[in-house]
Amino acid sequence: MSAMWRRLQVKVGPARGLLTSTQVTRRSTWLNGHLSLCQSFSTGTSLRNDFFKDLETHMEAMRKKAMDALPGSSWTPLEINPNLPPERADIVIVGGGVVGWSIAYWLKQKEMVRGGVRVLVVEKDPTYSQASTVLSAGGIRQQFSLPENIHLSLASADFIRNINEHLGVLNEDPIDLQFNHLGYLFLASEAVAHIMEENYSTQRYAGAKVSLLSPTQLKEKFPWVNTEGVVLASYGLENEGWFDPWTLLNAFKRKAISMGAIQCCGEVTEFKYTTSVITTTDGEKLDLRRIKSVKVQMPHSLEYQPVECAIVVNAAGAFSGKLTEMLGIGFGPKQSIAGIPLPVEPRKRYVYVVRCPDGPGLDTPFLIDYSGVYVRREGLAVSPKPDASNLEVDHSFFEENVWPHLAFRVPAFEKLKVTSAWAGFYDYNTFDQNAIIGTHPLINNMYFATGFSGHGLQHSPAVGRAVAELILDGNYKTLDLSGFSFNRILTQEPKLERNIV
Amino acid sequence: MSAPLTYLHRCCQRSVLLVVARRQWSTNSASPPPLHRRLLLFLTQRFYDVEMLLRWRYQAQRSQLQKKNVYYSYTQRFYGPDIASAYYILSLKGGFRYVGQSEWFRTNQRGKFSWDFLNHKNTPIEEADMSYTIINYTGLENLERQRSLRTLKLKGCPEVDDWFLARLHLFQDSLEELDISHCPRITTGGLAALRNLKGLKHLNVSSLPGISNPGLVIILLEEMLPQCQITANGYDHNLRKVEEEEEEQMQRQRSLCEETKAHNPV
Repeated sequence: MSAMWRRLQVKVGPARGLLTSTQVTRRSTWLNGHLSLCQSFSTGTSLRNDFFKDLETHMEAMRKKAMDALPGSSWTPLEINPNLPPERADIVIVGGGVVGWSIAYWLKQKEMVRGGVRVLVVEKDPTYSQASTVLSAGGIRQQFSLPENIHLSLASADFIRNINEHLGVLNEDPIDLQFNHLGYLFLASEAVAHIMEENYSTQRYAGAKVSLLSPTQLKEKFPWVNTEGVVLASYGLENEGWFDPWTLLNAFKRKAISMGAIQCCGEVTEFKYTTSVITTTDGEKLDLRRIKSVKVQMPHSLEYQPVECAIVVNAAGAFSGKLTEMLGIGFGPKQSIAGIPLPVEPRKRYVYVVRCPDGPGLDTPFLIDYSGVYVRREGLAVSPKPDASNLEVDHSFFEENVWPHLAFRVPAFEKLKVTSAWAGFYDYNTFDQNAIIGTHPLINNMYFATGFSGHGLQHSPAVGRAVAELILDGNYKTLDLSGFSFNRILTQEPKLERNIV
Repeated sequence: MSAPLTYLHRCCQRSVLLVVARRQWSTNSASPPPLHRRLLLFLTQRFYDVEMLLRWRYQAQRSQLQKKNVYYSYTQRFYGPDIASAYYILSLKGGFRYVGQSEWFRTNQRGKFSWDFLNHKNTPIEEADMSYTIINYTGLENLERQRSLRTLKLKGCPEVDDWFLARLHLFQDSLEELDISHCPRITTGGLAALRNLKGLKHLNVSSLPGISNPGLVIILLEEMLPQCQITANGYDHNLRKVEEEEEEQMQRQRSLCEETKAHNPV
């Protein structure tokens, strides 16, 4: 069909040349012959002139119309925005960070048949300018005090070790996370040394490879550290280090999309839910909500698409609290279950990249001091990352609060130059700084996977698998994370990490 | 509406194929992929069946590798950890030497070995030569109990990567000589993990294709392991070569732009 049009075009080509030349000669003789009448009043000739000049574009348009008219083309008279999400999806994951895409990947991995669950991932910012994932330090460690956290990190490290088998797409380059295999070095003062020892035994029992160092051993291993005030140090020998979070996010995304997950750029602004009232044994009336559809608003426009769904996963990170507020959680009477909001809020923290010529070399571990400052190597240079809760990127904060501690701990850092800085959000769990995974007692079909408070990236593969098991299998199969359920917030029993920092 | 779009889409696919092909060329720095490989790529993008068959083949290769590197618990239970490690090394076509013995136990070309190593019970292994074998992270578990291992040769092992190097901390007290030259999957992050091997005296990191700035990395390694003698041959530290490579890259990009322009209808 298109070949026929092309041949037609070729034939018209030389013919057009002839026609235009005759037009030109006629007009010139006309003008020369009758000098008084220089203007031509007929519009017929000029239109025909334009037509022949734009003949190629006209032929192209006609060809396009013919191809659209044929069956098999996707033209419709109603202009539909192609970026809208589908009208129905089985599982809608709100939040396209590393946790959201990890859940999408595992859901697709665990479905029994191709196309078994329709997964839609909604992300409001495709540039990820405010997402916690890309602005994180990218470290993974097993040095926690809760066994669940240690198991999560170990499982995630296993996943990352075999990442090409899990997330490798045929005929694409193997994934290079640029994993630096250097451990985390925690330094403890006199007051917190006993906590470190207890944590060490928990970690060894759970299977993490950690070693305790005395100040002399520490000085031997890391001569550039000032061991004043340090009584005990704990160093991770294996499965610890840092990597590139953007590569991991893209690897999850690419694999999930290749398995059929649908991506949508938009913001979830409303939920449509049905409410059923039940009476507890105490006579209290509770509103049980069931989400029927999610309203996804397109960026910078009033257009929206209501997506009917069976399950919603809240992996919105720093903005998860806002999302649950749309469902009325937190607005009930003060003493009831509905009155307790999701205790996740965005906490701004900032990162300074620093150049230090005399600093420690290739083997700098992720150093965490008991004063709260932490440092790691970036590329083949060194960069410190302060744990701050201010709301601005404050360079004077670095000079007042961070630099003195750094310079005290590592004398070589007295001479350093800040090359760049940026700020990012933690999805900070104000209750106990640990993850919230599982359903809410009042909302039947919303699953939380949020509140990681800085550990989201390192736990993302294992958490994704756990949430996929919860959704598809009904219960945890590999790792039991029932300790992270929402119930602890209702009963006000915090599950705190007893870390020295 | 759709016809030029589908045409454009096909052109984009073609240019993506070119980009993918070019990328493979640039990483392999060898001749373009052979015809059968390009044909397979073409078929994979059009048929689910071909994609599934290729994935099965890949999975079969990986499972074979895992089977070879499995934990020899049965052997360990009946013969002890040293014999189990010895048997593992021999079944992977490596070679080893016991502590106190001077003869090496190796396999011949066909993979056959003599069973004389069974005569030496409860003798730990001192030197292990696993060059050009398929040892990997899980396989290293079989050698975990050899705490008097002094020499480990891993030249040209395709499955030795950064995680393997990180696990070598098991031998941090005894290991004195390590040869990881020609291993394609080792990168800078893994070399940093060698800091745990404080007793290391000889380290061979020649011709590692995975590290980006070999000169700088070797200097940092020397700083990190002061008592160790580092051998690093096979790297071109010439600055001019880097400029030539950049020029080559720019030329390739230019020709790629020309090709995509030729494919897209103007």
